[in-house]
Amino acid sequence: MATVPASTSAPGVRQATTWARAASLLQRQGVLIALALLVLFGALRYENFLSPYNISTVLRYNSMFGLIALGMAFVIMTGGIDLSVGSVAALASVVAALMSPYGLLPGVLVPVLVGMLVGLTNGVIITKLNILPFIVTLAMLLAARGLALIFANNTSVGVSYVTDFTYFGQGDLFGVPIPAIVLFAAYLIGSVVLSLTRFGRHVLAVGGNEEASRLMGLPVDRTKIAVYTLSGALAGLAGVILAAQFGAGQPTEGLGWELSAIASVVVGGTLLTGGMGSVGATLAGVLLLGLIFNILNFENGRGSISLSAYWQSVIRGSFLLIVVLLQNRLTRRDRR
Amino acid sequence: MEQAEPLLRMESITKTFPGAVALQDASLTVARGEVHALVGQNGAGKSTLIKILTGAHHRDGGTIIFDGRQVDFHSPQQAQANGVSTIYQEVNLVPFRSVSENIFMGREPRRFGLIDRRRMNDDAKALLARFNIHVDVTQPLLTFNVATQQMVAVARAVSFQSKLVVMDEPTSSLDEREVATLFDVIRQLKSEGVSVIFVSHRLDELYAVCDRVTIMRDGRTVESRPMSEITKLELVARMLGKELGEVRRSGATGFGEGVHHAEDQLLDAEGLQRDRVLQGASLSVRAGEIVGLAGLLGSGRTETARAVFGADPIQQGEVRVDGKAVRFKSPRDAIRAGLGFCTEDRKTEGIIPHMSVRENLTLALLPTLTRYGIVQRDKQQAIVDRFIERLGIKTSGPDQKIRELSGGNQQKVLLARWLCMNPRLLILDEPTRGIDVGAKGEIQALINELADGGLGVLMISSEIEELTEGSDRIVVLREGKTVAELSHEQVTQSAIMGAMAHGQEDAVPAASAAVAAKEGQAGG
Amino acid sequence: MANADTTVRGPARRWVLPERFRGVGQTYGALIALLLLVLFNLLFTKNFLTEQTLYVNLTQVATVVIVATGMTLVIATGGIDLSVGSLMAIAGALAPIIFLSHIPPLENPLVGNTLAFIIPVLVAGVFGLFNGTLVTRFQIQPIIATLVLFIAGRGIAQVVTNGNLQPFTNPGFQYIGLGRPLGVPLQVVLMLVIVALFAWIMRVTIFGRYVLAVGGNESAARLAGVPVNFVKLAVYGISGLLSGIAGLIVIARNASSDANLVGLDMELDAIAAVAVGGTPLTGGRATVVGTLLGALIIQLIRYTLLVHGVPDAAARLVKAAIILLAVYIQRQRRS
Repeated sequence: MATVPASTSAPGVRQATTWARAASLLQRQGVLIALALLVLFGALRYENFLSPYNISTVLRYNSMFGLIALGMAFVIMTGGIDLSVGSVAALASVVAALMSPYGLLPGVLVPVLVGMLVGLTNGVIITKLNILPFIVTLAMLLAARGLALIFANNTSVGVSYVTDFTYFGQGDLFGVPIPAIVLFAAYLIGSVVLSLTRFGRHVLAVGGNEEASRLMGLPVDRTKIAVYTLSGALAGLAGVILAAQFGAGQPTEGLGWELSAIASVVVGGTLLTGGMGSVGATLAGVLLLGLIFNILNFENGRGSISLSAYWQSVIRGSFLLIVVLLQNRLTRRDRR
Repeated sequence: MEQAEPLLRMESITKTFPGAVALQDASLTVARGEVHALVGQNGAGKSTLIKILTGAHHRDGGTIIFDGRQVDFHSPQQAQANGVSTIYQEVNLVPFRSVSENIFMGREPRRFGLIDRRRMNDDAKALLARFNIHVDVTQPLLTFNVATQQMVAVARAVSFQSKLVVMDEPTSSLDEREVATLFDVIRQLKSEGVSVIFVSHRLDELYAVCDRVTIMRDGRTVESRPMSEITKLELVARMLGKELGEVRRSGATGFGEGVHHAEDQLLDAEGLQRDRVLQGASLSVRAGEIVGLAGLLGSGRTETARAVFGADPIQQGEVRVDGKAVRFKSPRDAIRAGLGFCTEDRKTEGIIPHMSVRENLTLALLPTLTRYGIVQRDKQQAIVDRFIERLGIKTSGPDQKIRELSGGNQQKVLLARWLCMNPRLLILDEPTRGIDVGAKGEIQALINELADGGLGVLMISSEIEELTEGSDRIVVLREGKTVAELSHEQVTQSAIMGAMAHGQEDAVPAASAAVAAKEGQAGG
Repeated sequence: MANADTTVRGPARRWVLPERFRGVGQTYGALIALLLLVLFNLLFTKNFLTEQTLYVNLTQVATVVIVATGMTLVIATGGIDLSVGSLMAIAGALAPIIFLSHIPPLENPLVGNTLAFIIPVLVAGVFGLFNGTLVTRFQIQPIIATLVLFIAGRGIAQVVTNGNLQPFTNPGFQYIGLGRPLGVPLQVVLMLVIVALFAWIMRVTIFGRYVLAVGGNESAARLAGVPVNFVKLAVYGISGLLSGIAGLIVIARNASSDANLVGLDMELDAIAAVAVGGTPLTGGRATVVGTLLGALIIQLIRYTLLVHGVPDAAARLVKAAIILLAVYIQRQRRS
């Protein structure tokens, strides 16, 4: 048989492969390297930077953003976007506060269910009515905020300290803050789901080429609905932590969280066009942006400079800019 | 070879879309282990018939008997599960995912509920080895060339234990060597008893690989015959629904026989280089002549045109207009110098779909129709009216959105976009691709007429006939480099193909693909 | 290839509007909705037909419309601008600094106020150009490119003012927010002028054609000689300028500038107005007048609900439903 091997032995192709590998390595590991450098900088410069107290404070606070960013990462990997997460977290925090008198379990589960329900609604509208995710979740951002205000009667709702609800936000297990445990567990599960389950493969396939996924018989709509539901659930969980940590359900919290979460996901190297992304790097992205605030505090504490807290947004924005510019360089060279 | 019971029998299929009858009494019978060609002009109903078979559309009437059972597929997935797989024109896989993931997407082998990667990779490797394809299956699909991606799609289709594989224009983005590989795969399928329905616009390919052909026209199947019993000319005649004599008289294309009077040198491009895509492309065009630009896919034809037009930067080499060196920083500069560029892909690089015929037609001309930034409607209207009439553009009016026009009429609007500029040089990249035969002839005749009027034309085409009949001279590119220039007297199909495949004019005819492939590998 | 018919879809599982409802809804949907709302209020709302009601609604919507006009152009090129609210805050932070400063030439109210109008707006425009540069020169997706200034921009405004509220009384400057030439609030006049100007630009000028061409098919536009990068740069610049103007109106109205609050959530309101007005987020089509109608619809619904005793929180739910409904009706035209 005169079959011709279709192997790609042209030098151009191999070169591109090397570049693609190098680029994806830098995209994935770049944020880890940057995070490591930042931690190293902090550890050398500030005495208490690596103290258990500081670490748990940073983790406790950033767990909310981490959970939201995880859901956002899954949504973005399918090529979508979820603008409703901040409002959903606020809504969930109110629901959690209202449920807290009934105990820890209802206080956690009911808000998460509410978040799931909101996410499910997003997903169903996006897939069945075929409206852009940007618009649908923008509308949901307004709606969830409205619901939160209605449930909360326009003020913040105190949680019950009679039950052990606040333990979920303020307690420790073996010296590790509960929110941090929740965070790491979520990322561990998320990482396994993404790389080792069919659902995870489908998420990336749908984002990589939706039409092809449809023709391959993948459950495209179901996958999309699932990621929005997941995002809603994680936003709900973040809302529970918000209420448990600060002792109140706060209907006006979470403004702009959705965009911060997108920034973390992008810094973590996930392509906004979908089809490519990493769960671990997303966490690194969250911690990287979160640490900026922490380091700013330490720096002010040293007294050598005095930068107001307002600088953190400027620095975060600049960081996002740098990462995006770097990524852009890499992917563009990759395309050559 | 016919067997008593065919694998597929579609009978009296009808399908009506709102406002149009797409299929009327269409029938298709495919034997087991047969490669069956399905041909027809655009709009003849091929796509609709295939979509009905694969469950993407629902028929209004008729019966489908597949493998001895009456079937009614409701989705491509269901068709696939029952042994009918489809391979589409554009590779429909997921670029960022690995080869093996693409093959097993949706039915990944699992262990303890999690994906068993090793088994998936091993199975993928084994599957591809059946077609003598050996690649690293863990690499993302996008790192491979289009042909390999196409093979992966075939491997995926075959892995479903398909009895029938439908290939809808699978070769349109493959070069000759890659087509040969695909044909080997088709033959392999055939030897395993799998049937193939093969749709293509390239007639040569049908003769190379198909056993039988079914011809469609206006939503009906007009003829079904063994491939060996029908000539190319007959085939075209049946597709067009014209008498044989008429086709022969007018030649296969709309170009006349005559040579144009070439005048002054208009454009010179010498030693153009860009990355690895262009490595010394040179050509020249004089006023009033049609220069054909030939080469296999990936030989740098479009890239040369884009470089000349200022759409891509060049790293080395020189472009001269009227003997004076120019350096176009953007298409704007080239347009000012009197160049026009009709692109290969109308949809992605030609039309502005939501804008009207009027705005599409005058898009390049707008700056001259403008005073103080305001578009002068009367001037614009006059030009649009003139060109709609002159090119015979079929439209309900200048306000109609261009995306509502047929392919041929869209192409005419795009031609008019440049002609209204009164250009001196027009670059046409595959000017008749994807256009039905009637409009094709009209456009070719128009190009001819324009050259008679003194316009310099640089025409890229994959159709050898278009090149041989239309061009006064032919420049042949290979791997980004000009390898031959053929004068009108030297132009023969085998000379062009020889140059495309081997870089010289006098080489082997009709490309024995295996040789070309080996040569390519040794070179690479 | 060219026949649009080649994409294969799975079985139709989408919910689709009946055919005959589509045409009307698409073309005049926004206008009809607005008229129905007005009619409802004429019948059921006391004192609706008064000058005061009219101006209350129009002044509340003026800044949204001004920003949304720029957003319409950006969206027409297939982009989006998330930074508008932050740019408003920057302009709002700068103006008081200028007219409250004690540098001699600025102490002259005329000079000070003139510069307090011009400089902040120009600065916002320059930040808009920065967005445009990221989008064109560095080819960064608009949503990320403008996310940078969404985050950093408000930070800049806060840093400049140290996060403090800047109260002021400056009738000359505040005329932009409080002035009433011939009894009509100046901001309403500004809004109408800006809408008319840009509707005209989109309709008759070459720039308008270019904006739509870039959004409709960028590579085709480039090959036809359209200065794509210039057009994109320009729309982000315009969006910045208009955000700057809106920022000044807000602080003039409030007689104070609070970098934490000026323009908060404005990007969402503006995008909502554009979407309800009938400009698809996918680019290539645009209606500036539609955007005005869209903003008016959203405002009037809120007003109607408020007047009839529905709390603001619930009004948000209705607003969400309106956005979805409007986009759903419009998207039918694509199917």
